Amino acid sequence: MYLRSDERGPAVSRRLALRLALFGGFAVTLFAILFLRLWLLQVLDGEKYLAEAKNNRTRSFRTSAPRGEILDREGKVLVANRTSLALQVNPRKLPTDSRQRRAELAKLAQLTHSALPRVRRTMHKELKLAPAAPVTLRQDVGHDLVYYLQENQDRFPGVEVQRVFVRAYPDGTFAAHVLGTVGEINGEELKEPRYKGLQPGDKIGQEGVEDTYDRYLRGRPGLTRIQVDALGEPTPNGRLVSKPPAPGKNLKLTLDGPVQAAGEAAMAERGLPGGFITMDVHTGEILALGSFPTFEPSLFTRPLSQAQVNETYRNPAAPLTDRAIAGQYPTGSTFKLITALAALESGNLQLNEVIEDPGQFEIGGEVFKNAGEAVNGSVSLVSALEVSSDVFFYNLGYRMWDSGQLQHWAHALGIGRPTGIDLPLVNQTLLPSKRWRDQLFKEGGTDRPWSPGDNIQLATGQGDLQTNPLQMAIAYATLGNGGTVVTPHVGKEVTDAAGRVLREFDPKPRRHVRIDPAYRAAILEGLHDAAQNGGGTSFEVFGNFPIPVAGKTGTAQRTGHADQSWYGVLAPYPNPRIVTFVTMEEGGFGAESAAPAARKILEAYFANQLAHKASPEEESEG
Amino acid sequence: MYATRTRRARPEPFAVHPGIAERLGLPYMDGTLALSAAALVAFSVFTLAQATKQDVPGSPYYYVDRQAIYGVLGIVAMYLLTRIDYSRFRELRVGIYTFLCVSISLVFVFGFAARGSRRSFELPFFSFQPSELGKVLLVLALAGFVIDGARNGSEWQRTVRYLCLGLFPAALVFLQPDLGTALVYGAITLAVMYVGGVRWTHFAVIGAAFVALTAAVLVVAPAVGTPVLKGYQEQRLTSFLHPSADPSDAGYQQNQAKIAIGSGEKTGRGDRATQTRLDFVPERHTDFIFAVIGERYGFVGAALVLSLYALLIWRALRIVTLSKNSYGTLVAGGIAGMLLFQVFVNVGMNLGIMPITGIPLPLMSYGGSSVLATLVAVGVLQSIHMQARLSQKGRFAW
Repeated sequence: MYLRSDERGPAVSRRLALRLALFGGFAVTLFAILFLRLWLLQVLDGEKYLAEAKNNRTRSFRTSAPRGEILDREGKVLVANRTSLALQVNPRKLPTDSRQRRAELAKLAQLTHSALPRVRRTMHKELKLAPAAPVTLRQDVGHDLVYYLQENQDRFPGVEVQRVFVRAYPDGTFAAHVLGTVGEINGEELKEPRYKGLQPGDKIGQEGVEDTYDRYLRGRPGLTRIQVDALGEPTPNGRLVSKPPAPGKNLKLTLDGPVQAAGEAAMAERGLPGGFITMDVHTGEILALGSFPTFEPSLFTRPLSQAQVNETYRNPAAPLTDRAIAGQYPTGSTFKLITALAALESGNLQLNEVIEDPGQFEIGGEVFKNAGEAVNGSVSLVSALEVSSDVFFYNLGYRMWDSGQLQHWAHALGIGRPTGIDLPLVNQTLLPSKRWRDQLFKEGGTDRPWSPGDNIQLATGQGDLQTNPLQMAIAYATLGNGGTVVTPHVGKEVTDAAGRVLREFDPKPRRHVRIDPAYRAAILEGLHDAAQNGGGTSFEVFGNFPIPVAGKTGTAQRTGHADQSWYGVLAPYPNPRIVTFVTMEEGGFGAESAAPAARKILEAYFANQLAHKASPEEESEG
Repeated sequence: MYATRTRRARPEPFAVHPGIAERLGLPYMDGTLALSAAALVAFSVFTLAQATKQDVPGSPYYYVDRQAIYGVLGIVAMYLLTRIDYSRFRELRVGIYTFLCVSISLVFVFGFAARGSRRSFELPFFSFQPSELGKVLLVLALAGFVIDGARNGSEWQRTVRYLCLGLFPAALVFLQPDLGTALVYGAITLAVMYVGGVRWTHFAVIGAAFVALTAAVLVVAPAVGTPVLKGYQEQRLTSFLHPSADPSDAGYQQNQAKIAIGSGEKTGRGDRATQTRLDFVPERHTDFIFAVIGERYGFVGAALVLSLYALLIWRALRIVTLSKNSYGTLVAGGIAGMLLFQVFVNVGMNLGIMPITGIPLPLMSYGGSSVLATLVAVGVLQSIHMQARLSQKGRFAW
């Protein structure tokens, strides 16, 4: 009792005490109501509500998000989207009677220019991946067909037309190999971590930047969840949540529209299979990259006809192959730049050393001759590069045949090793070396071990060497910029729909190579003379080019093929900003096919300066 | 009933060396009140952890982490308020009232609009909704005005003055528009007036006026063509009278909440819960969190939560009687009224017996402003309790 009186505060007036008692009583009443109601709902009527809850069903639909656009470095749209109509069949709404079902599918097959067995196969395949989901029978159906189906809806139960986004290519084949294609994800890709959260039927980039930058371009599909009744029919207004699709981000490429166009035009004009690349020697930004023959990327937005399959996949000219980055060729004399640098840096050649070129080089009974049986007499490094003396480089190749120094330097400059380019490719290039050949011989893959002849061949870019314009461009760029092995890339930045930059791509150089500036100057001088000095191998092409350049021809011998034409050029001389490499299968001498194409690319790149410099007597001959 | 009190260690009245608990003021706090509030916050975090994993893609603990942080901050705020003599607030009543009205008004200027209404400021870490803290501020200010105006003017004049002082901020909140919080302000005003001793006849007149006004707003004004309530507000207020099958309709939502709670039966459906997991029940982490509890934990869980609220409100009413001065009595009465109104309206809404008004369930609904404001209110109650205990000991401050 003592404690209780201790607890009491100041005496509460009687009036307040009454009011508080009523307040308390009110509170008790309210809580009693809540408890009773809770008891009624959960304990007395619980079963009824549980049954109702179990009857509530939802179904989710994904709405596809448009992929981001792909732009060139100036912001011109290279890949956009358009909406297209897809014909879908909802298997659960097809007639249950098998004869009616068959009749409807047969009619649909006829309308979509397909055959009944094919329609059935498609449905079977799709339903295994995603049971009970609508099956897309045909994409990009015409409006006539849609109107027809809508007017005869009662005759086609279960047939739906859905709007989907497909890729649109305003410039047709422009930069097709860089851009790549988009296609439906397959079963194996679904298991890859990078495609986590995707579902069968979702579209992903399959080739080119569509693949490498897929995670930016893809966007996130929207989700609509609707309430359905026990039969699976949507209840009226039964939309529960709706998450709008998030469109993909836009990708800006480093490609320079006019330069790319000039390269493609030059390749198409000559009409020979081949590839070209133009790259910034300091940053590795690829300004132009292409391959001939090319393909129509819009083909892949709808099912291919048999004729189209033959034309793309079974065509011996392999239009889908990007020869600029996936080609496997010997390079001919364009390799001499690497041989020269290796010989100088390894002490096998002095800067002013003169070597006698009697027109042929004999070793172990084997005779290696100059191209065109030329006799150049006494040549130094610069003049050897200018006239492309093979004997000079045969000597260098022989001097380094057993030491691996040529391979060491070629490897350092990136020949026969991954480039780090942001395009999907399987690297299958080959830099022949003593170790490789001896190993192959041991395994019985060849008839002889490494010999001086192999290195002599390699010194002039012949023999077993298998590389491509991309790797050669990196090697040239490394010499051009003084020793930085850049990471080639076509992705420049990711922007949102409003053009704000979300991410910039500026990959770090692969590595640095120490190059003596004197050696670099000498080699560049030799290449400059080759392009623009009277006796140079490509003087007839670049002699009247108003901007000083340093370029090297190449004529590669391939067994079973006519000679392959190569040209690699650094411009402007002596402090190059860009490197361009062109190769054409069976194009003959370097100056014959590849060099004129390279000139057209340079003309496009230097268009402003050329227009500025243009005077009547210096007008380019085109 | 008094077992807990006799067990509790009492401080020695003339202790020379106060212990650590004494220094912290723990013996003077209402432990039951503090524990029931903390238990409700903990239960809220627990429920959110289980029920909102899929709500924010990529961060399953989005709501949980934030609610836990708000809860901890709120408990710290509660303790700090315990150590302040609440009577100071009476002196500051004009300042508090001005701050209340200005902060609510500023939302119109700088506010962050969500779903068509401006209620909160966007701060770097969370959006602050001044009208939530305003509930406590209104109690503190209004109680002060009632005490100090007790001898000015006739009884009628006083009644009208209190009503105006209380309904002005309520009107501001209503214009945001936030009908639910405006109603809470109204309930607070009535509770303070009731404990303050306003005559029964006056309440009868106020009640009659309220009925007339409701009829005017819901029936006459739309008929004349000048609706006062926004369409959705009116629909939500009246739809519990006629539940419908249209999912975009407020009556449908309430029906789904009812199904959710009912389907929990005695012990709940746990992770098999579908109603509150599959979007049948909207706003399940805020206004309809009681439906989540009902479905997941059944009658056991829901009754436990209700009991905790009953405990909380009982302690608040008890503090009304303990207060050392009339100001404390009025403040505690206002807070008790505020809590009772919010709990009844929100749980009633979940159970389908009250209209949907957008009133959060104190301490349970996700939301920093609401959790903080309620814990601040509990802190003020603690302060009243502590001052009462200290005055009994003959020490008014330390």
